[in-house]
Amino acid sequence: MISYSNNFDKIEKVRRGELSLRSNLEYFLKKIEAKKNLNAFNFIFNEDVLSIADSVESKIKSGSYGKLAGMVIAVKDVLAIKNKPLTCSSKILQEFRSIYTATVIQKLIDEDAIIIGKTNCDEFAMGSSNENSAFGNVLNPVDESRVPGGSSGGSAVAVAGGLCDASLGTDTGGSIRQPASFCGVFGLKPTYGRVSRFGLTAFASSFDSIGAFTNNVTDVAAILEVISGKDENDSTSSNKDVPAYSKEINNHFSPVVGIPKEYFSEGLSVEVKNAIENFIEQLKENNITVKEISLPNTEYTIAAYYILTTAEASSNLARYDGARYGYRSQDSSTLLQMYNNSRSEALGSEVKRRIMLGTYVLSSGYYDAYYRKAQKARRIIKNDFDEAFTQVDLILTPTSPTVAFKIGEKSSDPLEMYLSDIYTTSANLAGIPGINIPAAKDKDGLPIGIQLLSPQFAELNLLKFSYFIEKNLLNK
Amino acid sequence: MDAKYEAVIGLEVHAQLLTTSKVFCGCSTKFGNEPNTNVCPICLGHPGVLPVLNKKVVEFTTLMGLATNCKINSKSVFARKNYFYPDLPKGYQISQYELPICEHGWIEVTTTDKEKRKIGITRIHMEEDAGKSIHDRGNETLVDVNRCGVPLMEIVSEPELKTAEEAYLYLSKIRQIVRYLGICDGNMEEGSLRCDANISIRLKGDSVLGTKTEIKNMNSFRNVERAINYEIERQIDLVENNERVVQETLLWNADLNEAFSMRSKEEAHDYRYFPDPDLMPVFVDDIWLKNISASLPELPDIKKERFVRQYLLPVYDAEILTQSKPIADYYEKVVSYTDDFKSASNWIMGDVLKILNEEKKEIPNFSISPEFLAELINLIKSGAISGKIAKDIFPEMLAGNISPAAIVKKKNLLQVSDVKVIEKTVDEILSSHPQEVEEYLSGKEKVIGFFIGRIMKQTAGKANPQIANKILHEKLNSLKNN
Ligand SMILES: [Zn+2]
Repeated sequence: MISYSNNFDKIEKVRRGELSLRSNLEYFLKKIEAKKNLNAFNFIFNEDVLSIADSVESKIKSGSYGKLAGMVIAVKDVLAIKNKPLTCSSKILQEFRSIYTATVIQKLIDEDAIIIGKTNCDEFAMGSSNENSAFGNVLNPVDESRVPGGSSGGSAVAVAGGLCDASLGTDTGGSIRQPASFCGVFGLKPTYGRVSRFGLTAFASSFDSIGAFTNNVTDVAAILEVISGKDENDSTSSNKDVPAYSKEINNHFSPVVGIPKEYFSEGLSVEVKNAIENFIEQLKENNITVKEISLPNTEYTIAAYYILTTAEASSNLARYDGARYGYRSQDSSTLLQMYNNSRSEALGSEVKRRIMLGTYVLSSGYYDAYYRKAQKARRIIKNDFDEAFTQVDLILTPTSPTVAFKIGEKSSDPLEMYLSDIYTTSANLAGIPGINIPAAKDKDGLPIGIQLLSPQFAELNLLKFSYFIEKNLLNK
Repeated sequence: MDAKYEAVIGLEVHAQLLTTSKVFCGCSTKFGNEPNTNVCPICLGHPGVLPVLNKKVVEFTTLMGLATNCKINSKSVFARKNYFYPDLPKGYQISQYELPICEHGWIEVTTTDKEKRKIGITRIHMEEDAGKSIHDRGNETLVDVNRCGVPLMEIVSEPELKTAEEAYLYLSKIRQIVRYLGICDGNMEEGSLRCDANISIRLKGDSVLGTKTEIKNMNSFRNVERAINYEIERQIDLVENNERVVQETLLWNADLNEAFSMRSKEEAHDYRYFPDPDLMPVFVDDIWLKNISASLPELPDIKKERFVRQYLLPVYDAEILTQSKPIADYYEKVVSYTDDFKSASNWIMGDVLKILNEEKKEIPNFSISPEFLAELINLIKSGAISGKIAKDIFPEMLAGNISPAAIVKKKNLLQVSDVKVIEKTVDEILSSHPQEVEEYLSGKEKVIGFFIGRIMKQTAGKANPQIANKILHEKLNSLKNN
């Protein structure tokens, strides 16, 4: 296997004839097969990818090729690809095939990326450990007795395990950043509205963001550059200009970095805390201004997040009722029985828990006490960030309070599980971008991630600083 | 109705908007296509799809708001109405709830005792239609998704209607307005206009509202009136028998003339409305609103008043002529070719509407052009033909939109107004009917009719009736005096 530092390097090596894309794909397919026990993939597109690799290779050699030419990308199985399965790791969509292609996928294909397969995840992206998949747990390649994080666990593992160059995940409350942290890779959640959601199976529509996992900042910048932008099929997508992220990341940017004191209180493991503090010292040594800030309403994030996301989810998942497509229970004699049986039999317990919670908070008589109040909390949390960003350019926090935990360790206590998203959900409430940087390792070699947050649509600053860190601070 | 009681009625009217594509996807809204052919992943509610608002729907609903004196909200919000049904692919209907686009309007209706009543409109909002469930195929229910996502406008009245007649008049006015605006075809039988009624009764003078029921499925104007009367009587009977009215939803059965309970209050849906996170709020700015206002056509009441003023028509005529915009347009085209405004009105209210009614046609498909109808009116007015000849040649015009002047010329039907010619005819008739002359002279003035008939027969109807009448009288009177 010829190694390459990022996809631009890969293109160059292909162009020079030092690397064959077909053998690169064969390598990945073989590795996926060898690492089957990680259970990272739901589907592998073996039949398609080799011929695509050949045609992309000849494009590269002809000198006319897309921005992501030859990049081998796995996509979370919540994204639609025409004529391919779309299961969301749920029994209810086990046999379902999409009849259209998501905007992000089309953009990747148009830039000559090669989609290698669809990755496992928590059912309908609900979970923090990938233990909620109808197709089984995904194992953390760093320590196979541990979870990879969730919900985009398969996507994180596909990159961390070297099964592809990059992957797409989705992040509703940390579902990219937290598994990236657990697996030790870069994981970017863009600003809400930066990337079209058309073709992303909705969990919580006003939170869901599509982003990417990579081994380096250059590749994540290149992917963001391709997948961002206004989409006529998504009214919530932004028409703000898309910077040439991949070209501009090495421009100098010396930010003022804020450390929110509320993110370092109880619940944060000592090892993670020490690692972050150590990292902050390194920043200071590199003449980066670091100052303490406050996000005073942090305590409301988890509650607001779970009320609002479950409310939206209860409505978004109503379409999986067995009536028109997907799983239908066979032994029902009335319509109501068909609904009840189909959904009881084919939805997992975490999904059901959230549907019930969401249904409850929207119910007549409870709406004001829960949903409306949580909307208010969302606004004040966003105001906290707006206020903080008048003082600092970026905010640095731990990505997760702990390193990857053991499989089964938290699965019996949903509340405990929800707290593993405590540092990531606020970005989704505020709609701001965030990135996980694989900054450190604990004594057992388990990855520890730092999270960087920026104001909305300031991904370029986030990426510039990540690139600076990658080049100057990370021990390669 | 028992005079002790009064009814309180509010109507919810759903109007299908005449856009070419659906409200949240690009699919056609064409009625009557093969089931499940006007569909795409979006209106099928497939995983991952998102709605994109058709701006025409905002425009049409705003027009309706302006036409019904509503306040147009500069910001309105789409909300999800959640319920499970097989013909509702997403498991929710996109509608508007807390912030509709139009609020606080009114329209005026005139009751049969000429009382003018202002009926308040609470709100008008935009939403999507559901599909159609077809239940009459044995054990199975089939679903046709073609109608899913067809744009609807819901018009909610204040509970200010007092009788079934008022409800009927209100609904007719709504239909007249949507048709004037060209935003809905207003066809209740085909379901493009639908109406649900909320009804309660109370003792006259009471300020507290009684328990209300909702009646659905009244799919014609006649049924709306009948169902409301039925429900008012039913509630009065309950109260008179010391029973309570139960809050419930009833379905009208037009065949049995009866309403049946569909669901009780306890079974009522909790729709769990919340703002749809997939759609941005709708913002209406002043410039856009000004442009929409400018495109508002002349509305029926204003047109009616103008017809009275400009064409000096009786209110009754103006009312009928402005009933529909195409008829009013037709009338105005006719009177652009003739200044006999009242005759034009008579012809249209009489022969034209009668034929349209018989042939079940709309006036744009009427075979006589306004120019030719005006030509016919002018031929009568100038004395070139008699009214009778006009009626005779009308069917011929109808058959092929032929110029009446051409028919008159071809058939030599020009009215005879030449006194000498008519005198000669009168003389001949009088001399060949001495007995009738004798009768006249003895005081039987009725035989005048006989002589006129003879004159017309002999001249094939062409004799100018006024002149013939005058000459006949002169001749007979001179005989009398001899
Ligand atoms: Zn459609």
